[in-house]
Amino acid sequence: MDQHSFFFQAMVYLAAAVVCVPLAKKLGLGSVLGYLLAGILIGPAVLGFVGEEGQDIMHFAEFGVVMMLFVIGLELEPALLWKLRVAILGLGGLQVLLTAGALAGIAIAFGLSWKAAVAMGMILSLSSTAIVLQTLNEKKLMKSQAGQSAFSVLLFQDIAVIPMLAVLPLLATLVPSSTNNNHDKTLVSGQPAWVQTLIVLGCVAAIIIAGRYVIKYFLRLMAQTRLREVFTASTLLLVVGIAVLMTQVGLSPALGTFLAGVVLADSEYRHELESDIDPFKGLLLGLFFIAVGASIDFNLIARQPGLIFGLVALLMLVKAVVLFLLGKFFRLGTGQNLLFSLSLSQVGEFAFVLFSFSLQQGILPQAEAGIMIVVVAVSMAITPLLMLLNEKVLQPKFADKKTSVEREADIVDEKNAVIIAGFGRFGNIVGRFLKANKVDTTVLEIDSDRVDLLRKYGYKVYYGDATRYDLLHAAGAGEAKLLIVALGDPEKALELVVTCKKHFPHLRLLVRAYDRPDTFELMDAGMLHIYRETIDSSLRMGVDALKLLGRRRYQAQRSARLFLKHDERSLKQLAAVRDDSKEFISTSRDFIDELEQMIQKDLIEKVQLQYDLGWDEESLISEANRSAE
Amino acid sequence: MAKILVLFAHPALEKSRVHAKLLRHIQKLKGVTVNDLYEEYPDFDVDIKREQQLLQEHNIIVWQHPFYWYSAPALIKQWIDLVLEHGWAYGRGGVALQNKHIFNAISSGGSKQAYGTEALNRPTIRQYLAPFEQTAKLCKMHYLPPFIIHGTHKLSENEMDAHAENYAALLQYFQQNNLSGEDLQSIYCLNDLLSSQTVKHN
Repeated sequence: MDQHSFFFQAMVYLAAAVVCVPLAKKLGLGSVLGYLLAGILIGPAVLGFVGEEGQDIMHFAEFGVVMMLFVIGLELEPALLWKLRVAILGLGGLQVLLTAGALAGIAIAFGLSWKAAVAMGMILSLSSTAIVLQTLNEKKLMKSQAGQSAFSVLLFQDIAVIPMLAVLPLLATLVPSSTNNNHDKTLVSGQPAWVQTLIVLGCVAAIIIAGRYVIKYFLRLMAQTRLREVFTASTLLLVVGIAVLMTQVGLSPALGTFLAGVVLADSEYRHELESDIDPFKGLLLGLFFIAVGASIDFNLIARQPGLIFGLVALLMLVKAVVLFLLGKFFRLGTGQNLLFSLSLSQVGEFAFVLFSFSLQQGILPQAEAGIMIVVVAVSMAITPLLMLLNEKVLQPKFADKKTSVEREADIVDEKNAVIIAGFGRFGNIVGRFLKANKVDTTVLEIDSDRVDLLRKYGYKVYYGDATRYDLLHAAGAGEAKLLIVALGDPEKALELVVTCKKHFPHLRLLVRAYDRPDTFELMDAGMLHIYRETIDSSLRMGVDALKLLGRRRYQAQRSARLFLKHDERSLKQLAAVRDDSKEFISTSRDFIDELEQMIQKDLIEKVQLQYDLGWDEESLISEANRSAE
Repeated sequence: MAKILVLFAHPALEKSRVHAKLLRHIQKLKGVTVNDLYEEYPDFDVDIKREQQLLQEHNIIVWQHPFYWYSAPALIKQWIDLVLEHGWAYGRGGVALQNKHIFNAISSGGSKQAYGTEALNRPTIRQYLAPFEQTAKLCKMHYLPPFIIHGTHKLSENEMDAHAENYAALLQYFQQNNLSGEDLQSIYCLNDLLSSQTVKHN
C-alpha cells in the first residue's frame, strides 16, 4: 500500500510536470512558472492530490538547490570568484543589512515588537537561489553583469544564513524547550564559540584540499572502471557527502558543495560531473518548485486577499528599491540594474525554514508567521512573471546595448570553433595538425589515461562520451563551427552524427569512416565530408611501391590522386545502387561481392587512369613525321 | 673548377627521349650536380633551405627543361617563386647569387625556323625566355644564351646522341674555362659557341 501510494505520488508529480512545463515554455513563461503552476494544479486548491506532505517534499527537494550550487561552482573558476569578491562582500553585505533594516522598520510600524521585527527583517531579506538562478540560467543571463551581481548577492545570503541561525535564538521570547534543541543538534553545538569557528574553518580547508588532491584522484579511479553508472554514483556520493559534512558542522550544504564545485572547476572531469548531476538537479529543482506551488494556501489568500497581496507588493517593492539603489551605487546600467533588482525581489525558500524555526522559538506570533509564509510563496510565484514583464516591457526601453554585446563576445571567446570527438590514433593527428596551425580545439575523449596525458602537455581535453547531447552542449557545440568526428567506433560515430544533425544543425561535420559500409551509412545520413581511415595511407604505400620499382615519383603521385578520385566516384555510384534490403557487408561473401564490383569498375574506367595526355608527345611525334613524308 | 648545378624539370621523363639522353650524358660528370625537381618534389613542396644551399655551393646554374608552351613546366615556376627569396636572392642584402652564371637548356618540338623568322614576325626564343633573363638580372646573375635542341619530334637516335654529347661537352667547357671575361651575349644559342670552340681547338 505504501509503495503503491509512493508510485501514485510520483506519477502525479511527473504527470503534472510533463503537462505544465512544456506548455509554459511554449507560452514563453519559462520552466519555473510551469512547475509552480503544476504544483498549484495538483495542490489542495485545485485537484487536491497533494496535501500536507507537500512541505516534506519541499524540504527533500531543496537538495536540488545544493546540486545547483555544485554545478554553478563547476562553471565558476576560482579566478572569477576572486574577481567577484567586491560584489559578494560589498553588494551582498549591504543588501542583507539594508533590506533587513528597512523591513524591520516597516514591521515595527505595523506594530510588531522590535525583536519580532528584527527576525522578520532578517528572514525576508533573503532571496530565492533556486528561482533566481534557474530563471537566469534558462534565459542565458548568468554571464551578464546583472546575472553575476545577482549571483554574488545570493552567495553572500547563503553565508549570512549561518549567523542568522545563531542570532535568532537570542531574539526568542520563550525559553526554548529541549525538543527544539534536539532538532538542530549538530556536532559543534554546545562547543565554545572559538572551537565552532575552528571546526568550520577546518571543514572549508578540508574541502579545498580534498578537492585539489584526493577527489581528483578518486574520480580518475572511478573513470577507469569505464562504468558510467559508477561514475555517476561517485558524483552523487561526493555531493551528498559534502552536504552531510556541512550540515554536521552547522554550515549551509549549498555553500559546501559550491566550494567543492569551484575547486573542481579546472578538473578534466568538469563536463562529466556537470552532465551527471544535471538531470538530478533538474528533477529535484522541478520537484521543489512544484512543492512551492502546492504549498500556497489559497484558503488564506481567499480570506484576506487585500492584506496578502498588499504585503507581497510592499515587500517586493521595498526589496527591489533597495537593490536598485545598490545597483546604481555599484554602477550597473539601468537595464542591467532593473534585471538585477527585479530578479532578487522575492523572498527565498530559506524563509520557510526560518519561519518555522522562529515559530518554535516563539519569536514570531503564529498568525503573523502563517500569513508571511503565504506571502513568501506568492512572492516566489510572482518572480517569473515579473522577470517576464521586465524582459518584454522594461528591457526594450532600458537595455544598455553596449554591455550586452560585450558580454556575449566574452562567452564566445571561451569556446573553441573546433570540437574534436575522439583523440585516439586518428583524432590526435587532426588535433595536433590544427594546433600546429594555431587553431585551438576542444577535445572530447572517453579514455581517462589519454585525457591525463594530453592535459599534462597543455591540451584542452575533456573526459566524456561525445555522443551525449549534454556533454556536447557543455563543450560549446552550440557556438562551434566544426565538429571533427574521429571516434573509433563506427556506431558511436553515426550516433553522434544523428545527434548533431538534430540538435546542432549549424555545425559542419567532418567524419572519420571505418570502411565502405560505414561510409555508405554516413552518406545516407547526409554527410559530405567523409574520410575513410585507410585510403590515404594505402595509396601512399602504393606510390612508394611504384617508386621502388623505378617509376617516377611525380607520376606515381598523380596516379594515386587519380585513383582516389576514381575510387570515390565509384563509391558514390555504388551507394546509389546498393541493395538496402539486406544487411550490407555482414558476411565475408558480401565483402567479396563488393570487391568484385570495385574491380570491375576499375576495368571499365581504365581510360581515366591513364597518364596525362598534355605531356604525352606521341601524337605530336606521329603528326610531325606524317607531315614530313 | 667551376661547379655546375642542373635544375632539371620534366613531369613525364618516362615519355621523354631527348632529356633522358641528355641526363645520361651529364649525370656522371664530375662537378655537375643534377637536381631532379619532379622526382624530388612530386607534391611541389620545394625545400627552400636545401635549394638555396645547393645554389650557394655552385657557380653555374642550368634550368634544363622542355620548352612547354613557350615556357617551362610548372614546377620551375614554383621553384623560382619559392627559392629566390627577397633579401636573399634580390633586394637589399640579397646578394647570395651575385655574379653566378645561369642559362636555360631546353628542348622544343618546333624547328629552328618556327621561331624568330622575320617573315612570320614571330618572337625569338630569346624573347620568349625574357622572364628568365630578367629574373637572373634581378638576382645580379649573368644570364647566358640558351642551349636549344630544336625539332625534337623528328630527331633520329643518332642526332639526339650528338646533341647530348654537345651538351656534356658544353658543361665541361664551362667547368674548365673562366666565363667572366667572355662576351657570350652576341651568340644566338650556346650550341653555336660550342661548334666555334671545337673549330678553334681543332
